[in-house]
Parts: sequence; C-alpha cells; structure tokens
Amino acid sequence: MKFVRKSGVLLAALVIALLLLPFITDALLGRGWVRIVDFAMLYIMLALGLNIVVGYAGLLDLGYIAFFAVGAYCYALTGSPHLALAFPMAFPDGVHLSFWVVLPLAALVAGGFGVLLGAPTLRLRGDYLAIVTLGFGEIIRIFLNNLNAPVNLTNGPQGISRINPVSVVDVPLNITQNVFGIALPSVHLYFYLFLAFTVLVIFVSHRLERSRIGRAWMAIREDEIAAGAMGINTRNLKLLAFAMGAMFGGASGALFAGFQGFVSPESFSLMESIMVLCMVVLGGMGNIAGVILGGVLLAVLPEALRHSVVPLQQALFGKTVVDPESLRMLLFGGALIVMMLYRPAGLLPSRVRRRELDTDEVVEKP
Amino acid sequence: MTDSSPLLQLSSIGKQFGGLSALSDVSLHIRRGEIYGLIGPNGAGKTTLFNIITGLYQPGEGEFQFNGVRYQVCKPHVLAQAGIARTFQNIRLFANLSALENVMIGRHARTRAGVFGALLRNRATRSEERAITERARELLRYVGIERPAQTLAKHLSYGEQRRLEIARALATDPLLLALDEPAAGMNATETASLKTLLQTIRDHGITVLLIEHDVKLIMGLCDRVSVLDYGKKIAEGVPEQVRKDPAVISAYLGGGGD
Repeated sequence: MKFVRKSGVLLAALVIALLLLPFITDALLGRGWVRIVDFAMLYIMLALGLNIVVGYAGLLDLGYIAFFAVGAYCYALTGSPHLALAFPMAFPDGVHLSFWVVLPLAALVAGGFGVLLGAPTLRLRGDYLAIVTLGFGEIIRIFLNNLNAPVNLTNGPQGISRINPVSVVDVPLNITQNVFGIALPSVHLYFYLFLAFTVLVIFVSHRLERSRIGRAWMAIREDEIAAGAMGINTRNLKLLAFAMGAMFGGASGALFAGFQGFVSPESFSLMESIMVLCMVVLGGMGNIAGVILGGVLLAVLPEALRHSVVPLQQALFGKTVVDPESLRMLLFGGALIVMMLYRPAGLLPSRVRRRELDTDEVVEKP
Repeated sequence: MTDSSPLLQLSSIGKQFGGLSALSDVSLHIRRGEIYGLIGPNGAGKTTLFNIITGLYQPGEGEFQFNGVRYQVCKPHVLAQAGIARTFQNIRLFANLSALENVMIGRHARTRAGVFGALLRNRATRSEERAITERARELLRYVGIERPAQTLAKHLSYGEQRRLEIARALATDPLLLALDEPAAGMNATETASLKTLLQTIRDHGITVLLIEHDVKLIMGLCDRVSVLDYGKKIAEGVPEQVRKDPAVISAYLGGGGD
C-alpha cells in the first residue's frame, strides 16, 4: 500500500486532465475533434463490453456490433416520433420515453439478445463460434434494413431520425448550456456523460475480473472440461458472459442514438464489429487498460489520418493522389500485421495473455 | 463415516460408442473411507468408466447412485457439486493461471458470490474471497507445493502439476476423489510421495478412487480393487485375492496389453 500516495496524486492529475480534455481539444484542434473524442468514449465502452466475452471467457464474437444496434434502436424507437408511422392509432406522436427509462431497458433487451445468441452456440468454440456470431450480427443488421414493411418498424435503410437528445435532470444535452458561468457546448456535455458511463463500465469490468465469476470465466477460457469438473456450470457462465457483454453494448447503443439523434443500419456493419474486436486484440485482450488504449487509438487515428493525409498530399504533389479512405485501410492492415509480429499479446497485454504467448521457459525462483 | 451405505453404487452400467461396446454390465460399489482401485489392461474401459463416474460421459444403461442420490443425467458440474472431484490422465490445469488461482477456481463449487456480489463487493463477498484464498494456500501446502503460489501452473514441474491437480480437486471439498492415473510418468520417488499423500487424504476421511497402470502402487495402497477387461468386470476384492485370480492373470498375461 506504499503506492497509495503516489497513485492518489496520479489519479487526481488524470481526473483533472480528463475533465479539461474537451476544452483542450476544442482549443487546439477544433470542435469537430471533441466529437471524435466522444465517439472514442463510445468505442471504449463497446470494446470493454466485448472484452468480457472475448478477453475473459475466451468466446470469439464477430457480431458484437449487433448488440450496439439493438440498444441504439431501442432508444430510437422509444425516444422519437417514428412509431407514429408504424402505429398511428396507438402513438399519434410517437413514443417519447425518458432516456433514463430506456437505458436500462436497452441494456436488458440487448442482454436478452446476448442470451439468444449464446444459447445455440454453447457447444461451439473458436472459429466455429466466430462464424455463427458473424452471421448473427449480419442478421440483425439485415432485419433493421428490411423491417420497414409490412409495418414500418425501423424505417429501413433511411434509418430513424429526430431522436430525442439525452437530458440530465431536465437539461437537454443537445444545446449549449451554461454551468457555473462556463458555456458548455453539446459535444462537451456528451463528453462528460460518456465519461461517467465509461468510468462505470471500467469499474464493473474491474470488479468482475477479480471475482469468483471472473475466475470461472477464465477457467472456461483455459479449459472448459476442467472447468466443468470444478463444479462450474459452463453453460450458465458462458450465457452470463454473452449477456453481460451485450448489456454493455446495448447501453452504449442507447447513448449513441441519443448523441447522434439519428440511427441507420449502415452504422452497424460487420466492419464495425471487426473494428471493436481489433480494439480489444490490439490493446491487449483481457486487460482493461489495454482495451482502453486500443479503443482510443483505433477511434482517433483514422480521423487523424483523414485530417492529415489530404493536406499533406496537397502540399507534396499539389493534388490528392490516394483517397484517405483507402489509405486508412491499408495502414490499418499494416499496423495489425506489425502488431501481430512484434507484440502478439497487444500493446498492454494482460498478465495472463502475456504468459500465454511467452515461451515456455521455466522461470526459476529460489 | 458412520453411514454404512456405499458412497458410490454402479449397477449394470453399459456404454456403447457407435457399434463398439466399451462397457457392459459393470456393477461396483465404493464404500465410504476406502481407497478403491480400478485396474485392467489397455483398452479395458477404465477411463470410460471413470468418465461416466465423473459425468463426462452419460451411461448408456444402468444405474448410478452417489451418496444416496440417483443420478439420471449427470453433468460434470452437478457431480462436482455433489462431491465427486477428479483429476485428468493428461493433466488439464488452467495452464496460464497461477497455482493459487487454479486452486481458487476449485472453490467455485463451494462458494456463492454472483454478479452482484462481485460488483458490490459487500462484506459477505469480501470474507468469502478471503476464505477462498486462505483455503487455496492451505491446500497448496497440504499437497506439498513449495513454490511461490503465484507461479504459473505451466511452469511447475511434472510432479508438482499432478499435485496441483489434486489440490484443485480437493478444493471442491469432495466426498470422493477420483484420480485418473495419477502416477503416470512419475519416477519412483514421486510415486512414493504420491502414495503417502493419498494415504493422508484417505485418513482425512475422503474416499479415493484410483485408476492406475502401476499395479504395484495399486496393490500397496488400495483396500479393494476391481479389474476390468474388454469392458467387463472380471474380478473384485482385496488386492491379495485379486492378484491370485486366474481370470486376472490370464487377462494380463494372455490378453496382451501391458
């Protein structure tokens, strides 16, 4: 406990830095970048949710974005005028539930979908599980794309717009608010909201990791048969991992819908699932700090690239030679290959992953 | 141990894999507090029977009764909670977790904290966690693992890994400890200390079921032995009697195997 004082100072510095982050970003890079930081926070939440499934329980899930979609559409349907189109008799003005009512519901519905995905895949592992989850993610997206007929539930590819903004104690976050004489633009307000949720998600992950449940998940990841022989109900715990991960995804989805004011199936493509999985793998599977780092890097770097490549090429060649979008994927793929070669356990590997991937030389301690 | 009913009772257990009959009409009972040995030539069905007892396979026919309760469909985790703990023939530790964590996971069956306990970390959960750690350390000492508890399971020596499996199984507070060839690959010294350990475990009131190739170990350790050959029980009794049984002699000498 000798670190307490030092870590206390570090923690205080971190808190202050995080609280000032939107202002610093705004001043240095402009308002658009605060929005990018907000998205990075959403990605961190998603990545931490997926980390429960992939990092702790060792279940490779390639359709994770589906739970994000479920959460987002939960709030889109219950916090916008849209349902007036589908059920004009029942809801002439649409449904306008408070975000704080929908949030737990969205998490629960997504958790239910998590169990729905988990139940038929209990016997699958590794690549087989990955294929099935991939299919599940696509099914959800295709449903969202096509459920505009016969009843217009999701408005199809056009998506649902005019979603109510999130309000905290009746203060809507979509317009600039004055707090103690400081003008806080909408993106700043959402930043603090997302920050609070991210802290909550980190706390939950951390507590779960060091618990009887977390140990049981790791036992399943290491050896499912041995885990069963220890009295671990592998079926229930795998379902629990799917449900917990999905709940994180659903909650972030609802936040996303409130923040954007608009959702469409296009936001929930397979590429997004892979992106979130990459955040987990790149940062360090099973390690909370690593996953956060992965989330920040993969959410911010492509944007940085987008903002720097075009001006750079203009300056060098006088015209845009390579489209930043295609360059992004090239660099991203290259970075992944380099990572897998030199840091296969991720940037900040968890204690366990580091051991898994290190050579089997015996560390003798007298 | 005042209860005189058998701890484990198998009646006419049979098991087929496809067309192959791995076990047929095997009946045996294990008394409380004894060390029971199961031997037989290679392919005799020892491991199949063992996997049925520990819930990894479901018996095709027959009846399975443990501690006075009949089990129809016996999942491994249900049987572990009922008090059957096992080790594996080819060690199945949680290789990338520490020795201590391995044993702590063994406490899963006897502890309760769920998601809310983990999140709130209330007083009950905290004291349960302390108890788990304490018991795990105690068991590591009990089986004689001297290395730091944080050593990874895969970095332990072979003999230590076998012992760690026993510690992990003991962590489930079993009534019956089932060991699948625990002496396989051990040298004479390691086997001798394993023998002492198993005797200590029995003296602490835990019934032991032992599958072994090492006939000398079985004969020196077990109170009763049964012999399987071609999926059938061909002999049962005290070691001296079984050793002289003509059917056993012919199975071992005439039937091939080892």
